Amino acid sequence: MSEFDPSQDTTHQRPGYLSVLAIFGRNSLVRDMMFRTNFLLEAVSGLSWALMNVGFYWIIFEHTTSIGEATGWGKYEFFVFLGTTWIINSIMQTFFMPNLEEFSELIRTGGLDFAMLKPIDTQFLISLRKIHFSSLANLVLGVVLLVLSLNQLAQRSEHPWHIDWIVLVLYAIYVLCGVAILYSLMICLAATSVWLGRNQTLYDFWFYITNFSRYPMEIYATGRGLPLLFVFTFIVPVLVVINVPARLLAQPLTPRAWWEWPLVGFTLIATVAALGVSRWVFQKALLSYRSASS
Amino acid sequence: MFTATIHNRLTGWWMVFRIALEERLAYRGDFALGTLMRFLPMITQIFLWWAIFQSIEASSATSESRLVGYSFQDMVAYYLLSMLGRAFSSMPGLASTVAKQIREGEIKKYIVQPIDMVGFMLLGRVAHKIAYYTIATIPFALVFFLCRGFFSGWPPASVLIGFLLSLIFAFLLGYFLDLCIGLIGFWFLEVSSLLFVYMLLNFFLSGHMFPLDLLPEPWHTCVEYLPFKYLAYFPAAVFLGKVDPSQLWFELGIEFLWLLGLIGLARLLYARGLERYSGYGG
Repeated sequence: MSEFDPSQDTTHQRPGYLSVLAIFGRNSLVRDMMFRTNFLLEAVSGLSWALMNVGFYWIIFEHTTSIGEATGWGKYEFFVFLGTTWIINSIMQTFFMPNLEEFSELIRTGGLDFAMLKPIDTQFLISLRKIHFSSLANLVLGVVLLVLSLNQLAQRSEHPWHIDWIVLVLYAIYVLCGVAILYSLMICLAATSVWLGRNQTLYDFWFYITNFSRYPMEIYATGRGLPLLFVFTFIVPVLVVINVPARLLAQPLTPRAWWEWPLVGFTLIATVAALGVSRWVFQKALLSYRSASS
Repeated sequence: MFTATIHNRLTGWWMVFRIALEERLAYRGDFALGTLMRFLPMITQIFLWWAIFQSIEASSATSESRLVGYSFQDMVAYYLLSMLGRAFSSMPGLASTVAKQIREGEIKKYIVQPIDMVGFMLLGRVAHKIAYYTIATIPFALVFFLCRGFFSGWPPASVLIGFLLSLIFAFLLGYFLDLCIGLIGFWFLEVSSLLFVYMLLNFFLSGHMFPLDLLPEPWHTCVEYLPFKYLAYFPAAVFLGKVDPSQLWFELGIEFLWLLGLIGLARLLYARGLERYSGYGG
């Protein structure tokens, strides 16, 4: 391709990040389409796990009207929460999870050398190299669940839900903030494998930490839960990842409890801080990387 | 002559058992930490159920709320006990190993050597579990000690015997269920997606996700007739006194019949499978 020929105009030496991303996407899609049945099976198994989760909460709501007293998480409000969980998780799984899982392998085998030699930001390259399209099935399911539940909430006796563009825009922004926070956490955990060599348990650790984010934060707002609430909101801010967008969408814009708008503002700060810290940790990790093999 | 064969056979079994045991004890530190971490999701479960019980309490007039006969304490105790049940009944990697051995032709070693595969793998699992308990007992004991407030004391001795028996049966039932799924590999070479669906169903129907009493009818009756409930729900229910003492031995009898049926099925699948097996790979 003459486009990437270094002897040509120097402005062409720097590839556009978007076009590189498009190439990554195309390559991944070509690879996925070689094994179509496998692709389909992966999508279906992801979906069945998600549907089982709906089943579980459906059964719980057979016995109760809300999760927590006066928290506002009734059946359909909670399904909005669940839909948001899948949307965020499926974005993580489509774009970042398969790549960062491979990162520790790149370090162990010395493959990271090749990534660092490429004339593109290393963090970008190792974060987005492969795109796992079959995980998008859960995104679709999440959106379907959102639409169905919001439709039910439109018949809510108090503050029926209606389309409000401000809410939808805020929701989209905060879903992206949530993704950014989880991505930062993942980068930090992946970067530690530079120091530890190999760490399979750290991915379990990621699962266990994000497990805290998958429930309404109000359930921790009691005696012994307060330390957890504090740590997972202000130190490792995983609690705001799903709670903030889900609450913005499921509850009416007004009235809001005193803590809600400050928390929404805090989430923005947390997102910027998380991205900054993870970038710093990643750069530090690269500096202490000593190539394996060769 | 006869005693000599018995003796040979026993030393053979003992050797198999010891090899598997030592294999398992190689990474004990990682393993104890991993077991402890597995209890972390319990914390969120406790808070989730606490919140649910709060809202039930708010809507009902009585002071102590119950959900299908479970108090909040019972619910937490149930989850802890079902994890114990799973520690006996879950067979990580068994079905996929069997399927892989069939696919890659490794199963030939059972044909050419005087070893019975079903028995050999069972011993391997017994050793695996014993190694697991020698180390996992510490984190398990720690968690149960910390959570002792959720239990209302020990059940009577007869129930306790039933409980222990149900755990041993859960182990055997779990083994033969997984083995049968793995042996399907004789007919379908690629079973990984089937395994995933089976794993999900198992998780849901065994009561690992929630006490099966929560299921509405007719699902509850359906699940009652399936063998999965013995893997996690039944031992926990026995310990918590949810199973009527007069029913306990009857239920254990049914479980035993399931076990016999699955042993028969595994033997049948293995024999039939070997007939159509053509030994790929080197």
